[in-house]
Amino acid sequence: MSDTALEVAAAVRAGERKAREVVEEHLGAIETGDGALHAFNHVMADEALAAADKVDAEVASGDVPGTLAGVPVVLKDNLCTRGVPTTCSSRILEGWRPPYTATVVERVVAAGGIPIGKTNLDEFAMGSSTENSAFGATRNPHDPARVPGGSSGGSAAAVAVGFAPLGLGSDTGGSVRQPASLCGVVGVKPTYGVVSRYGLIAFASSLDQIGPFARTVDDAALLLEVIAGNDPMDSTSIASPAPQLRGVLDDGVDGLRIGLVEELTDAEGVQPEVAAAVDDAARGLEKAGATVERISVPSASYGISAYYLIAPAEASSNLARYDGVRYGLRVDGEDAATMNARTRDAGFGPEVKRRIMLGTYALSAGYYDAYYGQAQRVRTLIIRDFNRAYDTFDALISPTSPTTAFELGAKTADPLAMYLSDVCTVPSNLAGHAAMSVPFGKAEDGLPIGVQVLAPALGEPVMFRVANVIEHAAPETAVPA
Amino acid sequence: MDARITRADVEHVAHLARLALTDEEIGDLTGQLGTILEHATQVSALDTGEVAPTAHPLPMMNVFRGDDPRPCLDRDEVLTEAPAAEDGRFRVPRILGEAP
Repeated sequence: MSDTALEVAAAVRAGERKAREVVEEHLGAIETGDGALHAFNHVMADEALAAADKVDAEVASGDVPGTLAGVPVVLKDNLCTRGVPTTCSSRILEGWRPPYTATVVERVVAAGGIPIGKTNLDEFAMGSSTENSAFGATRNPHDPARVPGGSSGGSAAAVAVGFAPLGLGSDTGGSVRQPASLCGVVGVKPTYGVVSRYGLIAFASSLDQIGPFARTVDDAALLLEVIAGNDPMDSTSIASPAPQLRGVLDDGVDGLRIGLVEELTDAEGVQPEVAAAVDDAARGLEKAGATVERISVPSASYGISAYYLIAPAEASSNLARYDGVRYGLRVDGEDAATMNARTRDAGFGPEVKRRIMLGTYALSAGYYDAYYGQAQRVRTLIIRDFNRAYDTFDALISPTSPTTAFELGAKTADPLAMYLSDVCTVPSNLAGHAAMSVPFGKAEDGLPIGVQVLAPALGEPVMFRVANVIEHAAPETAVPA
Repeated sequence: MDARITRADVEHVAHLARLALTDEEIGDLTGQLGTILEHATQVSALDTGEVAPTAHPLPMMNVFRGDDPRPCLDRDEVLTEAPAAEDGRFRVPRILGEAP
């Protein structure tokens, strides 16, 4: 099950392989392997086989299906799929079947891709380990005693272990990149506005962005080209066409200027092997003709503090809609207000309640300016500092996650320690910039390490060129047991 | 600023957030929110006197579309997924103080 999406699609388009066989193989792997891993909330076996037959019929009739012909794709379970349960791994949405489908999923299907299942996540995408799922944790395919990262841990684990060549996740503060790093796959957070969020269940709307998972940089570019581009159904969607990435992938980095972000690489808590991998990636870029220099982005250190005020504030507002009236769970009460409050206490898990409380507090009278207002001003400083760095550099590098995968339960009792897992990833969300994680070898204990490539808004083409060079310079990458 | 959170603060915010928290949850959150907010106040260390706040990372204006009729979500399909529906509407417990 190690074929890339490009290999699968080429074979299906040429009529050498049937999409049905591809899907049956992957469904078989899920059937055998997912009991131990718990990457899925819901496997879409019937829907996937029907979609595969449709692709095969197209090929048989002489049509050429799209660039994802016959390629299984896993979907984070916060992407709406009409008629298919969409839970956000929350009791409050358990059993709910959306009346519409997310734009990204429609684009995948239009390109011949096959949605094969809905993957586990931290409830409402709030977490860095997938342990906050109401339906149980996902395990890291490299070591079942460890977390896959989060919040898109199910998609990351599924792609790493070969349940599908491609996956979709959402990244609000690192929720695609950090699990990609911990599971040894490629994960991308595109520029804010490049990918439509219509049908993505909202967490923090000024930060959320959908992005691809893949086992190679080339495959990630393929999926991003399919899902990117303007969508009138999302008013934050940028009015420019999808970036062309695969055409520039092999352009190399000769003459590019790359900055190594000191605040993110030298930060307290960065594992020495992870920092060493970033240095090795820098050497690889230099060998390919780039210049690499250390660069200070002073306000980057304040990213976590600003993020954990802004994201919960927006979440507390977005999650007000779960009131027991229109969808999901209801716990009855003698009046509507009692019903609302009882439903929300029964339906939300501890982390979601914590964030709603934190956000409501930060927005409440008397505290608004000191917390939320100040965090928004710090956000401006972070954007300015990164833009200044991009005056000199074409792209930046840093660790994706300060550490390799940690053990299940290691941080569940200490919410702040869990939040600090996102230290390297949140600045790109606050700035709305592009960033991605590329696997770069493994630590002594065999766990994968990821290097992050950061680029300015709409800098995806240069980001992918850098990522492609890093991928080829990387030492032997960890393979799941 | 003083980030110490009291039990009364947590009860007040829980009411604002429409969460019927248990006593145990209120106790846990009192400590946890204090710790998290103490870390968050690091943002206060930066001088932001002349800095405008950012609410949204893109310099975007509102987006308008033509006033053209188009299909919307199917009412029956939406109501099938609701916890309670009646006569083509969502059904809820009483909201105002009228007789039940």
